[in-house]
Amino acid sequence: MEFINDVIGVITAPGWRHFVGALLCAIGGVSTVIAAAGVLRFPDFYTRLHAASVTDTLGALTLILGMAFLAPGLLIVFKLILIGLFLVLTGPTSAHAIANAAYTAGLEPIIGKIGLQKAKEEDEA
Amino acid sequence: MLYVMGLATALTLLWLGMSGIYEPVVLSLGVISIAITVILATRLGLKDRETSPYHRIIPFLLYTPYLIVEILKANLTVIKAILKPDMDIQPTMVKVKTTCRSDLAKVIFANSITLTPGTVTLRVDDESMLVHGLYEADAQPEAFEEMDRRSSLAGDGRPSKGKGATK
Repeated sequence: MEFINDVIGVITAPGWRHFVGALLCAIGGVSTVIAAAGVLRFPDFYTRLHAASVTDTLGALTLILGMAFLAPGLLIVFKLILIGLFLVLTGPTSAHAIANAAYTAGLEPIIGKIGLQKAKEEDEA
Repeated sequence: MLYVMGLATALTLLWLGMSGIYEPVVLSLGVISIAITVILATRLGLKDRETSPYHRIIPFLLYTPYLIVEILKANLTVIKAILKPDMDIQPTMVKVKTTCRSDLAKVIFANSITLTPGTVTLRVDDESMLVHGLYEADAQPEAFEEMDRRSSLAGDGRPSKGKGATK
């Protein structure tokens, strides 16, 4: 309950800064949840990696940007920028490391249409 | 010497930003730790053109807005793909030729491809990269030409010579 009051307090605070920050944080949170759904829905390892990279970029970066709008001082903004820079540098590097390891180990990706599309094509054939 | 100065400046800015307490005792501790770091980096030989790419900062800053726009566009595509009730993805693997020469430019290009959702770099070779894409239509080699040109400009400092540059 206290948490909900805090959230309402942030959104209704005077000035546009808090509203924009809360909006960006909400976008980041929702896109992270969507990306998690994608990790569960997609069929194989490589496609799931694509869903996970949504968390890396849109999710994390909009959350950090939103937090920067909500931050009480410029010092915090500087630290958030550093965290964002770190994420932008390490996120793709780790994703590439995982993908490269899977490819080197011989994991074959699914190529071409999948799911209902494929079933439809097979029916026609 | 220029690189040592650059490293010291960058470390000072980092320390001032991270600390937030500007009292004489704490500041002197910061000065000591920066001095130790610079001495260690010098002894390790980490002070040449490649380890301190300060001359690349402005081209890289010019590259960033383009990358952010690309990331946003790609994010929308992937989110749409996730939310569709009938999944219509068409995974594919393509070989993308690159005109980037230096390691830095290749890293920028490969990381940009991986950073945009929907495409992941699987392997980096001398003149090409193996890319796994979520949609066959979006992951044609031509789609990466613009990004290749721009990351080559950001990393190598000169526009790439286009398609004919490799062999």
